[in-house]
Amino acid sequence: MLGYVLRRLLGAIPTLFLIITLSFFLMRVAPGGPFDRERALEAKVLENLNRVFHLDRPLWEQYLYYLGNLAQGDLGPSFIYRDFSVQQLLGSGLPVSIQLGATALLLALLLGALLGTIAALRQNSWIDYGVTAVATFGITVPNFVVAPLLSLVFGVWLSLLPAGGWGNGGPANMLLPVITLALPQVAVIARLIRGSMIEALRSDHVRTARAYGLPARMVVIVHAMRAACLPVVSYLGPAAAALLTGSVVVETIFGLPGIGRYFVQGALNRDYTLVMGTVIIIAVFVVVFNLIVDLLYAALDPRVRYD
Amino acid sequence: MLRMAGMRSLMAGALVMAGVFAGASTALAQVTYVRGNDANPETLDQHKTSTVAEANILRDLYEGLVIYSAKAEVIPGVAESWETSDDGLVWTFKLRDDAKWSNGDPVTAEDFVFSYQRILNPATGAKYANMLYVIKNAEKVNNGELDPSELGVKAVDDKTLEITLENPTPYFLQLLTHQTSYPVHKASVEKFGSDFVKPENMVTNGPYKLVSFVPNDKVVLEKNPEFREADKVAIDRVEFVPFEERATCVRRFEAGEVLSCSDLPAEQLQSLKKRLGDQVHVAPYLGTYYYALNNKKDDLKDPRVRQALSMMVDREFIAEEIWSGAMLAAYTFVPPGIGNYEGGGPKVEWADLDPLDKEDQAIALMKEAGYGPDNPLELEISYSAGENHKNTATAIADMWKPLGVNVTFNVRDGSAHYSHLRDSDDYEVARAGWIGDFSDPVNFLQLWESDNTGFNYSKYENPEYDKLMDQAAAETDLAKREEILRQAEALLVEDAAFISMLYYSSMSLVSPKLKGWEDNIQNAHATRWMSISE
Repeated sequence: MLGYVLRRLLGAIPTLFLIITLSFFLMRVAPGGPFDRERALEAKVLENLNRVFHLDRPLWEQYLYYLGNLAQGDLGPSFIYRDFSVQQLLGSGLPVSIQLGATALLLALLLGALLGTIAALRQNSWIDYGVTAVATFGITVPNFVVAPLLSLVFGVWLSLLPAGGWGNGGPANMLLPVITLALPQVAVIARLIRGSMIEALRSDHVRTARAYGLPARMVVIVHAMRAACLPVVSYLGPAAAALLTGSVVVETIFGLPGIGRYFVQGALNRDYTLVMGTVIIIAVFVVVFNLIVDLLYAALDPRVRYD
Repeated sequence: MLRMAGMRSLMAGALVMAGVFAGASTALAQVTYVRGNDANPETLDQHKTSTVAEANILRDLYEGLVIYSAKAEVIPGVAESWETSDDGLVWTFKLRDDAKWSNGDPVTAEDFVFSYQRILNPATGAKYANMLYVIKNAEKVNNGELDPSELGVKAVDDKTLEITLENPTPYFLQLLTHQTSYPVHKASVEKFGSDFVKPENMVTNGPYKLVSFVPNDKVVLEKNPEFREADKVAIDRVEFVPFEERATCVRRFEAGEVLSCSDLPAEQLQSLKKRLGDQVHVAPYLGTYYYALNNKKDDLKDPRVRQALSMMVDREFIAEEIWSGAMLAAYTFVPPGIGNYEGGGPKVEWADLDPLDKEDQAIALMKEAGYGPDNPLELEISYSAGENHKNTATAIADMWKPLGVNVTFNVRDGSAHYSHLRDSDDYEVARAGWIGDFSDPVNFLQLWESDNTGFNYSKYENPEYDKLMDQAAAETDLAKREEILRQAEALLVEDAAFISMLYYSSMSLVSPKLKGWEDNIQNAHATRWMSISE
C-alpha cells in the first residue's frame, strides 16, 4: 500500500514538470507583458522594470532561473502585487478557498446522498421527480446567475445575510458562497447516487441481506450505499480538486480573497509567476485527489487491491 | 502557512490596538468607514505606485509637501510655506515643526531627499518615476547616467528643503500632490528594504496608519494619533474594499455594508439614478477617450480623410446612448475644468454644424482625397475587450458607412492591445484613453510630441507643434503659456491627428451618512475631510 502511494507520488513528478514547462512557455506566447496597461509606461521606466524582474534576459535563461528558484521552494515575486511574493499570496488565499470548497463539498455530499437515496427508494414518485427537477435546475443555472441573485435577495432585499465580503470567514459570510458552490454539486451527486442506488438495490448482495431479514434502514445504509457511492467517489476526485482551488466567479461576486481570482487576474495581467503558482497548486491538487480516489476505491470495493 | 501565522499575529496586534483605542476614547464607539475602491492596490509603496486605487489609500496614509483639500485645491501639507526663485527654477519649502511620523519621529527635509532619490533610482523600478523628471537631473538619474546623489533636491537644514527644476514648471505644486511625491520614513526603508510596506513595519506621516492588507479582501487603516491634526480626523478606521466587479459594490452599498463606491457599472447608471437619487454622483474627470489614427498608414496619411472620419462621429449619441451619460461628448483633447487652461480648448468649427451639413462636408472631403462609394476605404478598428468599447466601435463603423468606409474589427485583451500599440506600426484606428495625472494641459498635450514614441499612438509628427510645446515649456507668464498651449491644441484639431471622442466622468455612490464628500475633477477624496453621522 505505502509502496503504491510512493510510486504514484514519484510518478507525478515528471507530469508536474511537464505542466510547469508547458505553462511557462504558453504564458509567454500570449502577447503583451505584465507592464502593458491602459496607462503606458515611459520607455526608460519600462526598461528599469524589465531589468528588476529579469524580463530583459533571454527566455530560456528566465526559465532556468524560475526552475532553479522553484527547486528551492521559491515561487518568485508577483509582477503585479509588488508587496507580496507568490507564496505569500497563495498562502493567504488557499486557506480561504479550501475552507469554502471543503464546506461546500461536505454539504453537497450529505445533501446529494440524502436526496439521491430518497429518490431511488421512492422511484418514479413525486419525490423522485422533484429531486430530478431540482437537480436539473442546479446543473443548468450557472453560478454567475445564482451568486448575484442570492446576494440580492438575502443581502439587499431581506437584509438577513451579508451581501458580500469575507469577514474573516464568519459563518454568515460563508453561507451564500457555500450554497452557490454546492448547488451544482448537490445536483450531480444526487443524480449519480440515485442511478447507482437503484442498481445496487436490485443487486444480489442486497437481496441476500434482505432475505436475512436485516432492517431496511441497515440494508440501505450499510449494504446498498457502499456500492452506490463508487461512481460518486470517482466523480469527486477532479470535482474536489476544482472546488478546493477556488472559483473565480463566486470569489469575484462575493468579494472573497481566495486563489480562484488570482488565476484569472494573473492571466489577464500577465502576472507570469502568479499564474505559474496557481497552475502548480491546481496540478498538485488534481494529482493528490486522484490518488485519494484510487485509495478510497480499494477501501470501498473489496475487488480492488493495490499491492 | 507562514502567511497565516503572520496574519494571526497581525490580528492580535490589531485587537490590542483596538483595545488601546477603546480605552482611550472612553465609551465612544469606534467610527469605521467601509469604503469601496476601484481595485486591489498593486503596492502600497509610494515609489512603485501607478493606479488610482493606490492613490486613494496612500492619500490617507501619507502627507506630501502640499495636499489636496476636500475640493481638490492645493493646500499646504508638510510644508507650511514655500518660495520660488525669480527664474522659477529653485523652490524652497519650509517644513512644519509639528509634522511627525507615526512612530513619533519628526518629518525632516532629509526624509524627502531620501524619498526622491529612491524613486528615481533605477533599481527601485518605479512605474511613475517620470512624474518627477521635471526635477534637475532626475531623468539622468533614472536612466542610470548619474548617481542619485546628483539629484536636484537637497536638505538645507532639518526643516528646509530645496528643489531645483530643469525648467520653470508652473504645475510643479500639482505634481507634488501626487502619491509619488509622498515621503518614506528613511530609517524603516533602510532597515526593512522593500518590506517597509508590511503592516508591522510601515511608518506613515498622514492621518492614518496601516493595520492590514489582504489582496482581494481589504486594506485596513487606523487613525494615526501622532498626526499633527489628529484631533480633526473624525473617522477612526477605514476599510478599503476592492471591487473589480462594479455591480458587487452597488449591492453591498444597497445592503448598507459599504458607505461609498468609487466606480459604477455605466450600463446601470440610469436605473441607479432612478433608484438611489442623489446618492449617485457623476462629476467631470480629468480623462479623455479617443481613437488614435495611425498617421503613418497610407490610408490615414491624408488629413482630409482623418478630418472626415472625425466629423462623422456623433459624440452626443455615443455619450448618451452607449455610455448612458457616464461620459461627455468631446471635440478637443484637453478636458474642461483643468488647471492653467481657464479659457478652455480651441474652437472646433464644424462641431456645431447641422448633422446633414456635417455629413455633406465630410463626404466632400473624402471625395477630394479620392475615396467614395466606388472606391471604399477599408479600415480596421482595434480595441481592448469590453462591452462598451465594442458597442462604441460598432456604432462608429455604422457612422462611417455614408463615407464609403468599410470597417473590420480587431479585439484583444487589455495587455495585448496596449503592447500592440506600443511595439507595432501595424494598426490603423485604435481605441485609447488618457487619464491625467496632474491638472495641467501639458499632461495631455505632451502625448502628441513627435519624440513621445511610447504614448503618441497616432504617430503624429508636426514640427510646428513640437516648437509650440517647447515654447510653452520655457514660458513663465501663465497667460501667455496658456495661449501657446491653445495654439498647439488648435493644430491637433486642424490636422485631425486623432479623434477626441469623450471626456470621462467619475461616478460614485455616496451614502447620506457620509458627510464631507465633495465632488471634484481629481476625484480625490481623503478620508480626513469626512465624517459619519448615524
